Amino acid sequence: MDPVPGATAPAEPEAPAGPQPDVLAGPRADAPAPGPGGADGPAVLSLQHAAKAFGAVQAIADGVIELRAGEAHALVGENGAGKSTLVKILAGVYQLDSGTLLIDGQPATLGSPAVARDAGIAVIYQEPTLFPDLSVAENIFMGRQPLRAGRRIDARAMRAEAARLFAELGVRLDPLRVCRGLSIADQQIVEIAKALSLDARVIVMDEPTAALSAAEVSRLFQVVATLRAGGAAVLFISHRLEEVFEICQRVTVMRDGRHVMTGPLDGLTGDDLVRAMVGRDMPVRTDAERRAPGGQVLTVEHLTREGVFADISFDVRAGEIVALAGLVGSGRTEVARAIFGIDSYDAGSVKVSSRKLRRASPTDAMAAGIGFVPEDRRQQGLVMDMSVQQNMALASLRRLGRHGLITGSAERKFATDWSLRLRIKYGRLTDPVSRLSGGNQQKVVLGKWLGRQPTLLIVDEPTRGIDIGTKAEVHRLLGQLAGDGVAILMISSELPEVLQVGDRILVMREGRLAAQFDHGQATEERIIAAATGQLEGQAR
Amino acid sequence: MSTTLTPRREPPQPSGPEVSSRRLTERVFRVRESGILAVLIVFVAVTAAVQPRFLDLANIQFVLINATIFALLAVGETMVVVSRNVDLSIGSVVGLSAYLSASMFSHVHGIPIPVVFLAGLAIGLACGVANGLMVSLGRVPSLVVTLATLYIIRGIDILIVGGNQVVARSLPAAFLNIPQDTIAGIPDMAIAVAIVVAAGAYYLRSFRSGRELYAIGSNPDGARLAGISVGKRVFTAFAISGALAGLAGVLWAAQYQTIDSTAGTGYELTVISAVVVGGVAIFGGSGTAVGAALGALLLGTITSALYVLGISPFWDQSIAGFLLLLAISLDRAISVRLLTALRLRSSRGAT
Repeated sequence: MDPVPGATAPAEPEAPAGPQPDVLAGPRADAPAPGPGGADGPAVLSLQHAAKAFGAVQAIADGVIELRAGEAHALVGENGAGKSTLVKILAGVYQLDSGTLLIDGQPATLGSPAVARDAGIAVIYQEPTLFPDLSVAENIFMGRQPLRAGRRIDARAMRAEAARLFAELGVRLDPLRVCRGLSIADQQIVEIAKALSLDARVIVMDEPTAALSAAEVSRLFQVVATLRAGGAAVLFISHRLEEVFEICQRVTVMRDGRHVMTGPLDGLTGDDLVRAMVGRDMPVRTDAERRAPGGQVLTVEHLTREGVFADISFDVRAGEIVALAGLVGSGRTEVARAIFGIDSYDAGSVKVSSRKLRRASPTDAMAAGIGFVPEDRRQQGLVMDMSVQQNMALASLRRLGRHGLITGSAERKFATDWSLRLRIKYGRLTDPVSRLSGGNQQKVVLGKWLGRQPTLLIVDEPTRGIDIGTKAEVHRLLGQLAGDGVAILMISSELPEVLQVGDRILVMREGRLAAQFDHGQATEERIIAAATGQLEGQAR
Repeated sequence: MSTTLTPRREPPQPSGPEVSSRRLTERVFRVRESGILAVLIVFVAVTAAVQPRFLDLANIQFVLINATIFALLAVGETMVVVSRNVDLSIGSVVGLSAYLSASMFSHVHGIPIPVVFLAGLAIGLACGVANGLMVSLGRVPSLVVTLATLYIIRGIDILIVGGNQVVARSLPAAFLNIPQDTIAGIPDMAIAVAIVVAAGAYYLRSFRSGRELYAIGSNPDGARLAGISVGKRVFTAFAISGALAGLAGVLWAAQYQTIDSTAGTGYELTVISAVVVGGVAIFGGSGTAVGAALGALLLGTITSALYVLGISPFWDQSIAGFLLLLAISLDRAISVRLLTALRLRSSRGAT
């Protein structure tokens, strides 16, 4: 990737909203915790000034976390704040670029998952990582199975031990059944049993409650209490702030890969946390660029896909940018994929300019004038080994072909035209698109669809992983397109982007539309509140 | 699956959905192997009804001998396939090992037969190690690596053999007699291979490193997160597969007695078919060495049966193909039904 100015460090200025976090981080962090034991126990694990970059993207610039024996410690932050990277560092999956990690006050290196496991760190991932073909008991003990004479696996001891763990957890799960087909909640129970069997001193739970029902969540909380009582430190990552307040004693807030504050939760409010998570400047799209929207282009009615999203109804008008906000996993991308026909849906309808689209037919969606810029441009938006011009021409082959043959010159003319308009920086049009920087790659994907002159453009995370300069340019482009009368549906996890670009903001939560704001009414706090289910203002 | 086959002398267990779900899984895994046995029995019965000579001792011995080499290869291939890999080079390894080991008799006068077997094993091991290194260190997909070594090893074989061949005359009588030797009517070769199959099955079932192969095949990323040294395990599987192929090459030489540069050609596909027919999932994670060996026995029996019945060998290949499709569709049907059944049970268990 090209080195892009400003890409190596998120040189986000410490925003006007800055003072509050510092106040929070100040004296209270050192105050003795009044909570039930734990929070003032000895530090089991401490990470300081951690940094980790992937190519040009600085996932963590200054990560700090300190876990004490017997505490449940919350880690919160917006999507992309670096929480998941931090989890993988603790799990031994990623290695630190710089920074120090202390375990029991001693410097330590977690060179691999096995080393992290042996150091007493157990990680329960957002997506369970079980072996579907193997039994529940084997999943718990893989690599550590109890042995009998001759280093053979003692299957009976393994089964008995698994049964004991489940009894301890108070769940009924057959140790001998295969994992395939277990509900997410039961899969998580297996992961927790694994952590228990390790006698882990640090248990990291990455969004453990995202897929659980209320009853399962309360069962999980009992388990966390048990773990704490046993002297373990639990690192609890959740977007649901009410859960954080319910079970955690201390909290660490991250933003843009940096540590913002650490302190006891006592005396803090949900608003305090949200402000610490968000706190940054919010450039606003000027009203001059916004126009009164035209007629309805996209009409979605009662769209439902069982278990994924339900009863989604909204419309997008010509010249309007509708931003779809919500947490990762709230079903936003899935709705977009259903509209474009990549996935099917169970009920409801999608209309473009009053024409009903066939379900699960991208061809029909494209014929109706929809363009789709997917979230993962490397996997879904581009053919990385093909040239810049080939990629740009990909969606317009029929138009460019003559008697079914694509000529290089027609392709080149098309690509030159669009790369000028989009200000794409490239070496030669025949270079593989993988040589371009992330931002320019994204523009190629945009150009690919714009070449078809869509009436509706769906963009999923249009600026993920691209530098600030290009980001602004993509925003300018989207505004310009809306000005030209294109209807735009934009999915974004970045709240400043949602506020800056969106004319109307829809917020999804757990597969449903939770709130809708007009441009003027929306604030980051309101959107986060709606997305996390914190009842505040007119959310819900 | 190992644990499901252990006798059910369980500690106090709650009744209800757990027990029945276990019975269900257990039954299904038994079905996989007993299904092959059933097909085998039907096939033998039908053939014997038409041509009673098929059940002569001599013929049964012939069938067993025929299947042994494939069964031996199937054990190694099972280890590789279970880890979501594939070894396509085994046919070429058989050829190279067959020629090199048999020609040792004329180069070194009076060389003991066990030494020749060890040499064959070593040749195969070397090929397996090369495969394993490229797959685990080079991170190249095993399909590509072993497709390449299939051609390379065959090429080396052709270079060495040229237009020559080893003929029975140059081989010692004791070596030539190996396929005829029996204990209580059962060919020695079949007994030896049965022992290897049993050992392989036991290894896969009861040792950590064996179980880790299943884990790797079931969820490679998860295996890494669980701290399994994926590269090391996969390397070992390829080394074992190569070594067994080397051993099979020596047996091939003893059985066919005339060895040129085409020995073992196409064996890899027969063995992979046998493994899949025997219930090993082609994308890894499940299956047993015993099932794979039974699959080899079934395919071998079909070949012999058609021969005895005087049916064109064309049908042999087609029937093998049909069996493969049948095995795969059966697998798919079973796993879909099992999945829905398990889901139902766990949702009932939750409420």
